[in-house]
Amino acid sequence: MDQPPPVPGVELELPAALTAEIDEIVGRYPQKRSAAVMVLHALQDHLGYLTPDAMEWTAARLELQPIHIYELVTFYPMFRQRPVGNLHLKVCRTLSCALAGSHQLHAHLCRKLGLDPHGHGPQTTEDGRVTVEFVECLATCGTGPVVLANDVFHEHVTPGTADELLKQAGVSK
Amino acid sequence: MSSTTPSQTTAADTLTVRVNGREVVVPRTMPEAVSGKAVPTTMIQACEAAGVTVPHYCYHPKLPVAGNCRMCLVEFGTPALGPDRQPLLNPDGSPVIRQSPRPAIACATPVSPGMEIYTDTDGVHAMRRAVMEFLLINHPLDCPICDQAGECKLQEYALDHGQAASGFDEVKVHKPKTVDLGPRILLDAERCILCSRCIRFTRDIARDDALGIINRGSYNTIAAYPGRQFDNNYTLNTADLCPVGALTSKDFRFRMRVWFLKESKSLCAGCGTGCNLLVGSRENRIHRFTPRQNDAVNSCWMCDEGRLNYRWVGRGDRLKSPLNRRSGATEWGTVLDETADLLRNASRGSVAVIGSARATCEELFLLKKLCQHLGARSDCVPREGEADGLLVSDDRNPNSHGARLTGVCFTEIGINLPYLANDIEAGKIRTLLVLGEDLTKPELELPTDLLGRLENLIVGDILPNPTVDQAHIVLPGCAHLEKRGTFINVNGRVQRFFKAVEPPGQAMPETGWLGGLLERLTGEAPARSAEALFNQLAEATPALKGLTWAALGDQGVTVEV
Ligand code: SF4
Ligand code: SF4
Ligand code: FES
Ligand code: FES
Repeated sequence: MDQPPPVPGVELELPAALTAEIDEIVGRYPQKRSAAVMVLHALQDHLGYLTPDAMEWTAARLELQPIHIYELVTFYPMFRQRPVGNLHLKVCRTLSCALAGSHQLHAHLCRKLGLDPHGHGPQTTEDGRVTVEFVECLATCGTGPVVLANDVFHEHVTPGTADELLKQAGVSK
Repeated sequence: MSSTTPSQTTAADTLTVRVNGREVVVPRTMPEAVSGKAVPTTMIQACEAAGVTVPHYCYHPKLPVAGNCRMCLVEFGTPALGPDRQPLLNPDGSPVIRQSPRPAIACATPVSPGMEIYTDTDGVHAMRRAVMEFLLINHPLDCPICDQAGECKLQEYALDHGQAASGFDEVKVHKPKTVDLGPRILLDAERCILCSRCIRFTRDIARDDALGIINRGSYNTIAAYPGRQFDNNYTLNTADLCPVGALTSKDFRFRMRVWFLKESKSLCAGCGTGCNLLVGSRENRIHRFTPRQNDAVNSCWMCDEGRLNYRWVGRGDRLKSPLNRRSGATEWGTVLDETADLLRNASRGSVAVIGSARATCEELFLLKKLCQHLGARSDCVPREGEADGLLVSDDRNPNSHGARLTGVCFTEIGINLPYLANDIEAGKIRTLLVLGEDLTKPELELPTDLLGRLENLIVGDILPNPTVDQAHIVLPGCAHLEKRGTFINVNGRVQRFFKAVEPPGQAMPETGWLGGLLERLTGEAPARSAEALFNQLAEATPALKGLTWAALGDQGVTVEV
């Protein structure tokens, strides 16, 4: 019995630039499977989240079985299998930020947006516009509480500046 | 040419270590479980060689090493070297041993010359206790409803190294208890200790890389990719390998407590490989097959198809009583008398025999004697399938070599069948004795009305089939699980099997009624026991010369075929 061929490739509509980027990523490693996390990031950046098709496509591209991609996707909290809002707020919950009030900040944001302050994992508003997620250390511990809004850092965030942030993003008045 | 033969080991090939103070010489390298590549001998192997078993979960001698459970932690020391790189010696001349400040996992740590391994210190016991405590923190402790209870490593080591009471005050993590991994395997995720044996088996042995560990942290669990089934022909081996009750066989689940099972050494008759197995039975009912290790045949595994091929043995419609449809006789004495009369009165050349390569060597030996006495031509029925490159052989008969060596068939099994069929059609063959084969199977491509042309059709079989239906005389026999005997596998491995359960009704081992017929026809009773028959067969067969039933042992002997 030979190893079954990797999954027959699922079709994924990808822009040529992304396919080229993925080819370049895969080419960086002596073993294709080493590229898995980077390829998944590239796909998630493009698709917004990782669909089963995206995982199967990655497996086929890297000559792996899909279970191994699924292992990675379920292991790393930064990979998601569901869409998030246009504004994704990651509030740091680790020690320095916690001491500086990040838990109160998280609760404030949740209440304001109608989300559960005690909920686990990313929570998205009903209109699908904002996602709030409590995450581990964002690595600027001296300036807590820290919020990563999409890819932009906000330091020393208070409930007041958070409200401002939402306003600027056009989420609330 | 080298001056040493390969079997000679030189000092350079071995090294000496001490296990709990006892010196043991081990090879420097041993073959890796899957690739066979020479890899350094590990502490656990050295301990095994010294007769010391180190408790372990994730380690399995037939799987690649993972080193994740930490149950095999041991303490050790190595000879201290002086500044000149020479071993330091104690005043009494013994080497100074420098204790390692840290323990090591015995399953993944290579041994080195002069190493001392300690498996029985307070420190080692404390580590085992700690690992056990850790593994049991979230364990559901549902042994009373767990199929593994009685053969569970977690239970056994908990008894040896665990604590009577848990010191854990928090709430246990709960995980799904019936995850359908595939058609034959269920997972109880909260019993799983994440040793990854199942993953390694299916990846490296079954070569179906189907399982993985998903989720992060407290909720991690074994899984197949969503929407995919864990479904290869070897999945049930993972239920054997799983050291706890996490993977269970759907077939065996909740059927029988393992400590009630009587275990009999037998073989699988599903193909020419002849995997060694244990039959688990209770009150004359078979409940499961499990593979029995034989490195010359099946290692520790068997295929799912072979493993599940036992239910028919207890079928209600088994042939239970001998029968002469013409006289109405239904007890052995009369039916055998009448059969012997038929054969005695048949004219020479008018009798043919179709045997089976699923019959035992001993049965085929008697069948050949019968053919010789009657001047009957014979053959057997081929049974072909596809080999899977792992265990399953393309020859689906378990004893083709037995049939060949006894001379019941030619090298190419079945080559004679068309000629025999022709002679039946031409009326030359008027009496046919069939042993354990249904000649109406379409793949044999015999004329459909063939059997109807016979004057006498004598059939020995186990279950009803169209050939049995047309027989004038029916002689009920035994499944190989109901008798003793030998099979010779495709590689010439001669292997014994023993009786696990009793046959139903009057059914008797085929050697019984074949012997009865021979006695009536020749006036001489052949030996009755499988032992004696095998020894006679070995005596009479050049390829088996010198073999005896006793010499076969539990692992069998390979002969040139
Ligand atoms: S299911 Fe069994 S074999 Fe597989 S990782 Fe868990 S405990 Fe080990
Ligand atoms: S490989 Fe052949 S002998 Fe072994 S279990 Fe399967 S059918 Fe039986
Ligand atoms: S603790 Fe918040 S950024 Fe490190
Ligand atoms: S047996 Fe060595 S770590 Fe599991």
